Amino acid sequence: MFAYIVRRLLFAVPILIGVNVITFALFFMVNTPDDMARAQLGAKQTTPEMIQSWKQDHGYDKPLFFNHNSTGLDKVSDTLFVQESLKLFTFDFGQSDSGRQISSDIYERMWPSLAIALPTFIIGLVTNIAIALLIVLFRGSTLDSITMGVAVAIMSISGLFYIIAGQVLFSKTWHWVPISGYADGIEGIKFLILPVFIGVFAGIGAGVRWYRSIFLEEITKDYVRTARAKGLSEIKVLFGHVLQNGLLPILTGVVVVIPTLFMGSLIMESFFGIPGLGSYTIDAIQSQDFGIVKAMVFLGSVLYIIGLILTDISYTYFDPRVKLS
Amino acid sequence: MLINKRKNVILKPINFMALLCMVFASFFASANNWNSPYTQQQIKQETLFSAFSSPPKHLDPVVSYNSNEWAILSQIYEPPLQYHYLQRPYTIEPLTLTDLPQTQYLDKKGNVVSKQSNNIEFTEYLFELKKNIQYQNHPAFVKDSANNYKYHQLLSLQLEQISNINDFQEAATRELIAADYVYAIKRMALRQNHSPILDSMLPYIEGLEGFSKIVSKQFQNELKASGAQSKTLYFNLNNYNISGVQVIDKYHFKIRIKGVYPQFLYWLTMNFFAPVPWEADKFYKQPGLVEKNLTLDTSPVGTGAYYLAENNPNKRMRLVANPNYHPAFYPTSGLAEGADKALLDDAGKQLPFIKEVVYTLEKESVPLWNKFLQGYYDASGVSSDSFDQAVSISGAGNMNLTEQMREKGIQFLSQIEPTIYYFGFNMADPIVGGYSEKQQKLRQAISIAVNFEEYISIFMNGRGLTAQGPIPPGIFGYEEAEKGINSVVYNWKSNHLQRKSIEYAKQLLAQAGYPGGRTKDGEALSLYYDTAATGPDSQSELNWYRKQFAKLGINLIIRATDYNRFQDKIRGAKGQMFSWGWNADYPDPENFLFLLYGGNATINTNGGGVNSANYDNPEFNRLFEQMKTMSNGPERLAIIKKMVTIAQQDAPWIWGFHPKSLALYHSWYKNVWPNALANNTTKYKRIDAQERYNKQQSWNSPVIWPLILVVFILFISIWPLKRAYQQRQKTVIASQEASKGEQK
Repeated sequence: MFAYIVRRLLFAVPILIGVNVITFALFFMVNTPDDMARAQLGAKQTTPEMIQSWKQDHGYDKPLFFNHNSTGLDKVSDTLFVQESLKLFTFDFGQSDSGRQISSDIYERMWPSLAIALPTFIIGLVTNIAIALLIVLFRGSTLDSITMGVAVAIMSISGLFYIIAGQVLFSKTWHWVPISGYADGIEGIKFLILPVFIGVFAGIGAGVRWYRSIFLEEITKDYVRTARAKGLSEIKVLFGHVLQNGLLPILTGVVVVIPTLFMGSLIMESFFGIPGLGSYTIDAIQSQDFGIVKAMVFLGSVLYIIGLILTDISYTYFDPRVKLS
Repeated sequence: MLINKRKNVILKPINFMALLCMVFASFFASANNWNSPYTQQQIKQETLFSAFSSPPKHLDPVVSYNSNEWAILSQIYEPPLQYHYLQRPYTIEPLTLTDLPQTQYLDKKGNVVSKQSNNIEFTEYLFELKKNIQYQNHPAFVKDSANNYKYHQLLSLQLEQISNINDFQEAATRELIAADYVYAIKRMALRQNHSPILDSMLPYIEGLEGFSKIVSKQFQNELKASGAQSKTLYFNLNNYNISGVQVIDKYHFKIRIKGVYPQFLYWLTMNFFAPVPWEADKFYKQPGLVEKNLTLDTSPVGTGAYYLAENNPNKRMRLVANPNYHPAFYPTSGLAEGADKALLDDAGKQLPFIKEVVYTLEKESVPLWNKFLQGYYDASGVSSDSFDQAVSISGAGNMNLTEQMREKGIQFLSQIEPTIYYFGFNMADPIVGGYSEKQQKLRQAISIAVNFEEYISIFMNGRGLTAQGPIPPGIFGYEEAEKGINSVVYNWKSNHLQRKSIEYAKQLLAQAGYPGGRTKDGEALSLYYDTAATGPDSQSELNWYRKQFAKLGINLIIRATDYNRFQDKIRGAKGQMFSWGWNADYPDPENFLFLLYGGNATINTNGGGVNSANYDNPEFNRLFEQMKTMSNGPERLAIIKKMVTIAQQDAPWIWGFHPKSLALYHSWYKNVWPNALANNTTKYKRIDAQERYNKQQSWNSPVIWPLILVVFILFISIWPLKRAYQQRQKTVIASQEASKGEQK
């Protein structure tokens, strides 16, 4: 397995270089360093001197991919792409174009994102699986039909509706929880109840339908009939056997998400005033802050690759027949 | 089951549930409302709760030039002058000075001459500081027993203990001195600090340009030699001097301006000229602090009424009253005409009244508005979404609060902002530009057709005033009613403005050579509108523009692009028509008329000028040169009137509108008065914390019955579910036995 992981990590290097090339090319296709300087300087009148000074100070006076003015290897290495990319591979994200340390910002903002994403993920997963198993228990009944109808309805409505409706109902009308805000520690629980509840509720439709189809496929298999023949109750059959065997396809979609949880949710964090990473990249794109954009795209790619590797590893844990070589 | 590792015991589910119940019980039993985002202690003291929609990027006074940053920064830093809080027209007064600066005019040789002299080469301002103004307590000022600065060379061991500026064990203060103001100007001159106003100041402050070149070059050399970053290289600006900016003694300094530039005093109300202690500059250049985002750009050091106690731009900014704040008092006079007399209830009392200000990041308007209605924000603007809920417009067009707002005791203030949004023609364009009579008439016809009264009504909820010229209300040179009418577009009838008819506009269009909106070839005249508005929300506005032009038979083609390309087009004078706006920097007509001065045309300044329409009328330019250095008076007013008339006739802009701001605030929030130019106004405001607490409690008591209902439904659904499960179990067994029987 170790060799497999090392091989996968080595495969990741060209992928990350490719991601970087695309990020650099796309960003600078839309924004020139002069545009970036104007956006960051925020002056009503920007002079060429101001722009030049800003570019020099932030390293944007270098060519993007090829330096005609240099000689030898410097033609490639003395470029914005190489100098900024190399730093990324050592996880040195440097400063944002507005002057803040990106690593500090990410570290500070990942915890609020996790505070919402992790409970939403865990409670959502448990709830969806529990409801799906319950529906499978009553498969073919009126309860099954009604639940599926409700699930489709939940899926069809925009997440934004749940957020606004939740805020109006639970906070504005019934005064149960704060509309928005965030606090550290135990004080913060009251701010998390509503976004977590809405996150879980909004995901129920798709989650339950997906897990139901997985479990329905499992329930027709021979081992289930054997378990019943042994005299096990339906609940024991479902939770003891069907669930365990149904986990493998569930893992495909679930484990890959885990490392990216701390990247946050844009809409949820914006509406609930959660100071997470959800809007970090979008805000940076809007303010033409390339320092943050490149760091976040790189980090997102790394996390996704880690998620895929973890998925493969988790297969071997839940299904001993799978061997990584 | 959960395992409690420390005690090595197993928490049974029932214990876990009990723990959960305890957490919830403590939450529900708290004396504070369940939905309160604040602690009871915060609510009960004189804390102002406010919001910001985008995180401030810069808090360095020489860099920051954004209204959301100044809303915070201006409470912390004190430039030499400020605007009188209540007085209109806007008036400047001393802030840290004993009096307004003494002004003297000098000739080439440095001899004092009279204000009327034709030999004025320089204007010299002499500033005298109030004594015993202290900075906020800060670690940068702490000295050890050997009189060395204790925290100017932090060791890595010390840095490990520090994550924010409050983590330092000691803090000290020192007196504000004249050298701090001079040091701030020197920081502005250093190119690597990227001050947005440096290039605006270079032509005025004597010696600034040379100083800037020398120190910027020297700094760059040191950067190269040391391999450091500009944020971590301390460069001792005290070793260099600006010839026009001099410290005289501890409390006196002078600034020498080239020629006459009376508007310079307005610049001295801005944070760019706020004092910066060199100790803070040096302290914040330490790499260990920069790595922790502790810089002068994130942690200001000022003498103002408040200091920044918490800076998390992604979550919350917290200001706390500065215990070292110098004696400052609420104004005793100068109440503007028509203002509420209760605004003088606190006259003569020592400032500030509010002990703490909490700014919370609210990116979305919906939660912000709902929290304001719950009493958790003390004031709020009115977004389009909530406008109908907050404001009703009477038949006469007056704005009033709705019944719901009045019941809550909410009050509102509105004012016309010193701002203009205009629709510009590129005067360098061969079709819509030019100064011939025909070209003038084309623009005049369009000016009549584009109905900005309708625009304000549809897109601004009536919150705006159609502009008659470039100068907004409240600025010298603006004239009301018939006196200020733009006779090219309006008639004055029955004491009201009346837009000229479309028929008249069509006549003008025909005289311009486009009868019925057709060119000589008989084709519809097509004009191009450049815009950065590309989103779906902008479509209705763009369609509205199309319809306005269609009234004259003109085909308006929208060229939407991203903001960068749009700016490129305007800078390169490649656009034909566009919309743009301008906020007053200071309350002087020069700050608006210079938008039409030929010397500022983008085409004449390599894209650097503010005259985006490229208007360049020699007579207008001549009058501008004459007017810009004059003092306000009848003579200046007459010249301004001439200039405005020329511009109205040439119509380089459709004059657009001046927006009207609307602010709602709760009854417990006192001394609220709109001042569009002053930013340091928090110190004048007061909170009645007890009234706020009582109202919050009565407005937000939790509604329990839905909770009971949910629990009840869950409880009663257990039995049918159990029955259904048993039934299902029997069915499964029966079906299995049946299938076994079939197999046999």
